[in-house]
Amino acid sequence: MPEAAYTTDEMMTIAAARMIRNGATLFVGIGLPSAAANLARLTHAPETVLIYESGTIGTKPAVLPLSIGDGELAETAEAVVSVPEMFAYWLQGGRIDLGFLGAAQIDRFANINTTVIGDYRKPSTRLPGAGGAPEIAASCKEVLITLRHNKRAFVNKLDFLTSSGHMEGGDSRARMKLPGKGPTAVITDLGILTPDPESRELTLTSVHSGVTTQKVVESTGWPLKVAAEVSTTALPTDTELRTLRDLNERTARAHAGQA
Amino acid sequence: MATILQLNEAIREFVRDGDTLALEGFTHLIPFAAGHEIIRQQRRNLTLIRMTPDLIYDQLIGAGCAAKLVFSWGGNPGVGSLHRLRDAVENNWPAPLEIEEHAHAGMAAAYAAGASGLPFGVLRGYLGTDLPKYNSKIKFIECPFTGEKLAAVPAHRPDVTVIHAQKADREGNVLIWGVVGVQKEAVLAANRSIITVEEIVDELAAPPNSVVLPSWVIGAVCQVKGGAFPSYAQGYYPRNNAFYKKWDGISRERESFQKWIERHVMGTKDFEGFRQSLEGATQYA
Repeated sequence: MPEAAYTTDEMMTIAAARMIRNGATLFVGIGLPSAAANLARLTHAPETVLIYESGTIGTKPAVLPLSIGDGELAETAEAVVSVPEMFAYWLQGGRIDLGFLGAAQIDRFANINTTVIGDYRKPSTRLPGAGGAPEIAASCKEVLITLRHNKRAFVNKLDFLTSSGHMEGGDSRARMKLPGKGPTAVITDLGILTPDPESRELTLTSVHSGVTTQKVVESTGWPLKVAAEVSTTALPTDTELRTLRDLNERTARAHAGQA
Repeated sequence: MATILQLNEAIREFVRDGDTLALEGFTHLIPFAAGHEIIRQQRRNLTLIRMTPDLIYDQLIGAGCAAKLVFSWGGNPGVGSLHRLRDAVENNWPAPLEIEEHAHAGMAAAYAAGASGLPFGVLRGYLGTDLPKYNSKIKFIECPFTGEKLAAVPAHRPDVTVIHAQKADREGNVLIWGVVGVQKEAVLAANRSIITVEEIVDELAAPPNSVVLPSWVIGAVCQVKGGAFPSYAQGYYPRNNAFYKKWDGISRERESFQKWIERHVMGTKDFEGFRQSLEGATQYA
């Protein structure tokens, strides 16, 4: 496939989708995670159980929802439960394999910020806030994070810790008795980072085709750890690209309606 | 027993300046008509509780009704920022806005505790996050049986909860389906409640185990067809995603926001008038 046959965002979504094991129960955030989760369901992981915090369990939307509670999600769900039930029985009850989150900022131990840029009481940018993320990050058995890779996002120190990753690294997450294992991969538009098994520090393990290790290091706000052997992410397949583009086109058409 | 009222009468009778209000509806069934009526009647100094402030609280905040916001996710879903909320937090416009910030799980636990008449809700949450540093209402307690560290949040007890639902019968019993969010808990947690509905019917015909709020736990029921627009009512109309996108432009600047509120909300008598005004405008702005 020629170099410019896909965009960096498409590569990111496809790389994220590949991380999803068929049959996993998956708690999905809106935006990039939702696109990746649905792409996985429409390609290699048809038995994935998609769960959105609005209470929809086992949903199979034909188009991507704009909000976390679009009617499309409820209409195609196996079950719809109340929000208190969702967070208590399903999430805190430890029934979800994989949480899938986005972020505005991330640090070297995959702690994330979706609350404010700048000082909390005098923010330069007020972001939406926590939503379901802190308890998704705490209670899902594993967590995937996807976001675009640049120095504004990959910071040496978070302005606010909204959702816990590996805290200060090492066994600090386990000592806090957070129920889940925490983030197991961070998928960006440049490559894939995974936590070191001991220090839990994010380590560059794969770069997407055409991206240099140097470029990823320069786009990270701390001295990024690089694996001894960095692999190159497999190129998007025709099926992956076609499925993602069809999904995005259907979605754009549906969301433009009733203007 | 619920009284069946006109929406403007219900707001006049139930909502007072300085009240703590919860207008709930998790993406679905957001009570926009009631929010507009609160703006029209110029209620002030309100404490607004809501998991996802959404466009409805962006409008109330921008219109100067709010003194405090209790929330857990304040964005325009899938679109971006709530510009009026941000302007209040970042620049104190039109007035300073006190913030009490939670996560969804904490808000859900607080509503469930309120509905249960318990003083606080308990959850396995907030561990490792910075939220407890800035919200003194989030505390940690030890489980008396296992010693596990758990989070506690005080119960939400709104003076008034307002929700929108699909149907009521003539007795004022209310049926809700689809994404039911925290609506039931929010109504049961409140001292007073107003429920707007798409239609009032002779027979609810609710299947067993439906989410039904019986008339005797409700203050007022008001029929407002389309009253959740631009959010949606399952079985009646879809979410108007195009309007949610347009709101980004309307709300971005103070002037365009104020013009929109003056023309379409303050300048109309009721929600039907608002919808006609909006349809009459070549653009929503």
